[in-house]
Amino acid sequence: MFGQLIVSGLAVGACYALLAIAMVIIYKSSEVLNFAQGEMAMVSTFVAFMLLDAYHVPFPWAAALTFLFAILLGIFFEIVFLRQAKDPTVIGLIIITLGFEMVLMGFAGWKWGPDQRSFPFPISNIEAYNFYGLIISKINFWTILITLVLMFILFLFFRYTKLGIAMRATQQNQLAARVMGIRTKWILSFTWAISSIVGAVAGMLIAALGILDPPMMMDPLLKGFASAVLGGMTSLPGTAVGGAMLGIIENLFGGYVSLAFKSAVAFIIIILMLCIKPSGLLAKHYVKKV
Amino acid sequence: MDIKRNYYEDIELFKSNTILVWSILFLIFLAFLPWLITTYRPLGLSIYIVNLITIHAIVAIGLNILVGYTGQISMGHAGFFALGAFTAVILIVRWSFPLWIALPIAGFVSSAFGFILGLPALRLKGPYLAIATLGFGMTITTIIKHMEFFGGRMGLQAPKLYLFGTPMKDIHYYYVIMIIAVLMTIGAVKLIKTRVGRAFIAIRDSDIAAEAMGVNLTYYKTLAFAVSAFYTGVAGGLYAFILGFINPESFHLIMSITFLAMVVVGGLGSIMGSIAGAALMTFLDIKLQAIQDIPAIGPALVIFSEKYMSIAGISNVAVIVYGLIMILIVLFEPLGIFGFWIRNKRYWKTWPF
Repeated sequence: MFGQLIVSGLAVGACYALLAIAMVIIYKSSEVLNFAQGEMAMVSTFVAFMLLDAYHVPFPWAAALTFLFAILLGIFFEIVFLRQAKDPTVIGLIIITLGFEMVLMGFAGWKWGPDQRSFPFPISNIEAYNFYGLIISKINFWTILITLVLMFILFLFFRYTKLGIAMRATQQNQLAARVMGIRTKWILSFTWAISSIVGAVAGMLIAALGILDPPMMMDPLLKGFASAVLGGMTSLPGTAVGGAMLGIIENLFGGYVSLAFKSAVAFIIIILMLCIKPSGLLAKHYVKKV
Repeated sequence: MDIKRNYYEDIELFKSNTILVWSILFLIFLAFLPWLITTYRPLGLSIYIVNLITIHAIVAIGLNILVGYTGQISMGHAGFFALGAFTAVILIVRWSFPLWIALPIAGFVSSAFGFILGLPALRLKGPYLAIATLGFGMTITTIIKHMEFFGGRMGLQAPKLYLFGTPMKDIHYYYVIMIIAVLMTIGAVKLIKTRVGRAFIAIRDSDIAAEAMGVNLTYYKTLAFAVSAFYTGVAGGLYAFILGFINPESFHLIMSITFLAMVVVGGLGSIMGSIAGAALMTFLDIKLQAIQDIPAIGPALVIFSEKYMSIAGISNVAVIVYGLIMILIVLFEPLGIFGFWIRNKRYWKTWPF
């Protein structure tokens, strides 16, 4: 029982972690809290669903096309809306992303209707592996594996490629990065593209674990924020750990204490974290000067 | 023209006789509005819609005190709204309180929660506060949904209220809601002009500078949350009665965003703007929900939906329009309707030149 709860919590937590990583990538580079992240992922997932269901594209191709769509969506939002804001306030930026969230949500509801569907993921969510008595359903296993692989790729990307280093430089100091010859505006668009892809992966995994309908990302969005807060809004590894922790804590709470109030856990964690250690578990504490 | 000679002129409710006359005319107009609507039905308005607009205006004023004047974002106002609605209904159904006692209590219950939520706000800035309030708004409805005391998933039926022995209809509610709304608007205008309001504005402009000037941040930030939640709670109580039925599912995240949209569209930091924003957004919402009935655009959209979209989700066009309005306002007119009004006023004041 305990082992099962941990594993399935870890699988859900992996999805939260991906969503949170997508948010943190953007937050680090442009200080925008992307409330549209969940809906961007949802629309990308619906595109994948449409390709698979209506056009019968094989899954790898559908995934590739979805990533392409996610890239375009991210870049579109950055260039068309965010870049146009002339010295915006924090509230202004939040409202732009909220507006985009509503646009996407309305679009998905209009295009695909309010029905609940099941996402045709190539991995079955009924069959299970048996590791020495610990039964792990295939979908949970692969979710965790895919997440780990994606995190590793992101790590390699940010550590070793020229583009990744340029992105980190832009995140640290935009002006200095520009002086060094980095086209920071392109880099910003690119950040949105990468974050959008990570979000799309999270969306597909969440749809595969559960169901696919327009409001499906409402809850994971809050969980993603909670993971990001738990790990510190500025640290990618911290966010990953935060997501995993949140998934496990939530599942244990649901299993042993109360299933009904499971979704209150994320909020309590946010409040506790912000009261006790606002900088998060792994992020270095920094004080912003006036 | 706008020179103040002493403090009392600054805090006066009516700056000049012109404003006083117009305000009185507006009040008379409000008193006769139900008659106008039932006789002429302009724009397809009904008294129910006007009631809804007025309730949303109360929420928008409350939210504007928090967001526009104090600079603290809240994405959980649907939570306060729900708290107000459920408190008012439960007080009246279970303990048979009269409405005029239940409503303030609903407001105070909300504001107690606002106070609690305001405490972490002291340590949180911008984005973190948005996350915390978002969590609050989403969690409070989950908790209400899972407690039998609040009627659980099914929600609660608002009781029929009686006025001198006759059951209250929309038109009676209209006068109740309008009197409360006018009182609360005057309260808000006055509040902003006093020491408290100036402290709020100082916190918005720079909280560190405000603290250096002797503004007690703890006190005023939590107070802003409490006042804002009070307005929202009272509005929630009224909402329960004009709707007749409340269930926790209806107080979702989109509702919080809608409230925020009203404030932003009306103009951050303007009471009159909040009212205008609430009126415009509520009206748009109701009209766009039934978009297929609008002449010319409606049928075209229906054909378009049948071909490329789904016909079941056509009311989602309202959500798209809402989102676009929010984005465009922030990009092009950050002060909203109020900013538009100010610019036009300046333009016409110096018109031929």
